Amino acid sequence: MNTISAPHSPTEFEMPREHFLNATHTVKSWLLTMDHKRVGILYLLSISVFFLLGGTFASMIRLELATPQADFMEADQYNTAFTMHGIIMIFFFLIPSIPAVFGNFVLPLMIGAKDVAFPKLNLMSWYLFIFAGAFGIATTLLGGVDTGWTFYTPFSSTYSNGNVILAGMAAFIAGFSSILTGLNFMVTIHKMRAPGLTWFRMPLFVWGMYATSLIMVLGTPVIAITLVLMMLERGLSIGIFNPKLGGDPVLFQHLFWFYSHPAVYIMILPGMGVISEVVGCFSRKRVFGYDFVALSSVSIAVLGFLVWGHHLFVSGQSIYAGMVFSFITMVVALPSAIKVFNWIATMYRGSVTFDAPMLYAMAFIGLFSVGGLTGVALALLGLDIHMHDTYFVVAHFHYVMVGGAVTAFMAALHFWWPKMTGRLYPEGWSKLAAFLIFAGFNLTFFPQFVVGYLGMPRRYHVYPEEWQLLNIMSSAGATVLAVGFIVPAVYLLWSLKNGKIAGSNPWTATGLEWILSSPPPTHNFDTTPIVTEPAYNYGKPIEIPVREKESAHV
Amino acid sequence: MNKEFQLHPEQASTFAGQVDLLYFFVIAVSVFFMALICVLVYSFSVKYRRKTPDQMAETQAHENLLLEITWSAIPFALMMIMFGWGTYLFFKVYQVPDGAMSYYVVGKQWMWHIQHPTGQREINELHVPVNTPIKLTMASEDVIHSFFIPAFRVKNDVIPGRYTTMTFEATKTGTFHLFCAEYCGTEHSRMVGSVVSMEPEDYQRWLSGGISDETPEQTGAKLFSQLNCATCHSDQPGARGPSLNGKFGAEETLSSGDKVVVDEAYIRESILNPRTKIVAGYQSIMPMYQGQVTETQIFNLISYIKTLQATQGAK
Repeated sequence: MNTISAPHSPTEFEMPREHFLNATHTVKSWLLTMDHKRVGILYLLSISVFFLLGGTFASMIRLELATPQADFMEADQYNTAFTMHGIIMIFFFLIPSIPAVFGNFVLPLMIGAKDVAFPKLNLMSWYLFIFAGAFGIATTLLGGVDTGWTFYTPFSSTYSNGNVILAGMAAFIAGFSSILTGLNFMVTIHKMRAPGLTWFRMPLFVWGMYATSLIMVLGTPVIAITLVLMMLERGLSIGIFNPKLGGDPVLFQHLFWFYSHPAVYIMILPGMGVISEVVGCFSRKRVFGYDFVALSSVSIAVLGFLVWGHHLFVSGQSIYAGMVFSFITMVVALPSAIKVFNWIATMYRGSVTFDAPMLYAMAFIGLFSVGGLTGVALALLGLDIHMHDTYFVVAHFHYVMVGGAVTAFMAALHFWWPKMTGRLYPEGWSKLAAFLIFAGFNLTFFPQFVVGYLGMPRRYHVYPEEWQLLNIMSSAGATVLAVGFIVPAVYLLWSLKNGKIAGSNPWTATGLEWILSSPPPTHNFDTTPIVTEPAYNYGKPIEIPVREKESAHV
Repeated sequence: MNKEFQLHPEQASTFAGQVDLLYFFVIAVSVFFMALICVLVYSFSVKYRRKTPDQMAETQAHENLLLEITWSAIPFALMMIMFGWGTYLFFKVYQVPDGAMSYYVVGKQWMWHIQHPTGQREINELHVPVNTPIKLTMASEDVIHSFFIPAFRVKNDVIPGRYTTMTFEATKTGTFHLFCAEYCGTEHSRMVGSVVSMEPEDYQRWLSGGISDETPEQTGAKLFSQLNCATCHSDQPGARGPSLNGKFGAEETLSSGDKVVVDEAYIRESILNPRTKIVAGYQSIMPMYQGQVTETQIFNLISYIKTLQATQGAK
């Protein structure tokens, strides 16, 4: 059955005459688009701007921390820098990154649908995101906010001098964008799969998106309510969290983490889905333990709602509650371990290449594992007493969020770039960038594990002199990391005009998105495909595109 | 800056070595798994590298229940060992040893007020005798802070509106870092100080040279009379409030029928917001002292109330 891997022919290395990018040209046609692919591109452009902004704040932090004293920032400026870095990177980059860009772009293609279930709602999600972003930018321009992205009360609700309500509104509105996207994806996956595409034939990226959408729909309303209560207390002094008004400050932490811990899985589950696609494709092998990998995503989504208390081991929470949360956290680590082992088993006796997406996938497996193992360390009650709120925590979640989620985003960007643009990026440069990001990342964040265990608390503007060497290493690594992100920005833009024509399936991948031309036509499929085989059916002989035969080097 | 390279802070409490032992066990397990993952990824990439563009995988085998069970069960078993170990340490450090010296700590933006059992007060410094169990009872005047002594491997949040406690026993003399670990505003990173652990004789000498004026009990007694507490809280027949004599640690029955142990937290609550829990048989007539007394004053009042002995024949 050849609906899935259509053979290449030499004539394919021409751009299709008409596709979703050139179907219409006006600005209006983009701003009012109902095409899920164009919405995906709009998101890609917007989150790139926020990534640049969040990265700028990160650079300011690392520059300041190169010496133990206060150098070029005042304490309030430093506090604003790390707060804005966190708010922008989490609410405006990581949460929308893979779901809103690649979920939008490839999810309907993968299931053989012409669009998402509610195209107008999909566009509205983007507008809500931009509206929220405007609040975020306004917060920045008006001097920022200094509460930390966690908005802990009663500091945020009473004592902070920053633009707390503006920043709270930014996160509040961005949440609705997230809820609508999640809802849209869930309905799309339930109702719009092509004939024959049963649940257990779906690509694992779709499973990942389904689990992510569950969390978005069920968890986001809780943070919305929590932020409203915090803003009400700040604006109207109603006593919810401030003990001087009869409130309980720790209640805020319970509510906040009830969403924000599952939100960590909003950021990582889509990435895990990407890695499954990439490892299967570049090993040319069926993903090992498909059922386990698919169901582990769902179990992470469910169990992820039951572990919030591990953020409160030393915050006045009952020690017995601490014990329960510690145990459930051990349990939620297991599905992640299962995924890692299955990806490695997928490579076993495969046909492995080292194209950029695969390099990022291998980096992901290593970096995410470090993040996961140190997460287990932090979930141990006796150890967390010492490690809580130190740089050990900072290093841990950057291994998960940057080493995991951002690395997976880079894998996805390189994997589907030819599909989105019809062009290939330059191979050599892409490998160089992957290497720079991997090296720069480790140099930045590994020393933070060490300095954290030595006792350096997070969110410190000045610090004892004996920790300068480790901080210099970290700042130097951040420089390499920054270069590592600038290089792809340059060559990807360059490839839009100058890249080689990709053809419909440059990676000889399975999956319905690869039978379409690159870029795909506006309405995706002329006839609805019928699926008769499992995902990742890499067992069939492969017809290699002519160009690759000419230069056999892979 | 010139110290040799370290992997853990100085071990200066009875707890520190135990925490580090668990830490090194977790690192050993983590290094094992990372080595396994790296070796497998590397060797599979080399061994199964695609040599010709049309090369297929050697196999499409994709299921093995036994493998799935193995690589789930082994990590799970290891995690359970770590979980048990970590929980054991946690419960242990929360047990207050008998005869611990009781200090009071108040956090406020951006300094630590510390009061010794003998009444000395200091700011951003905590002097303690070595090899002696210490208990800190902590409160905050404003936002959430966190009292963190890396060399002792102890930390606990200091929260407005409630008491948290911390216990430790220093095993070395010396000066150690004291940090605020919970972000608390502008000068958070300057809300730091030091813990000075001293030989008991040196500690006694330090105390006598210190700014000692009166004990917390004496200060508390003065406050007790200034605030006219005794007007109502007395053994006199028909007193409008329950007597406080000998009540600390005892059990009271509330008007709701519930029982409550008279501890620090209950006394604090009853001063700040007396209407919450009224002792059975009394009217809710006491004014609220929320905002009228500082956390330090409350500590002093509690210290004084603790000294009140039950009078003969009184109820």
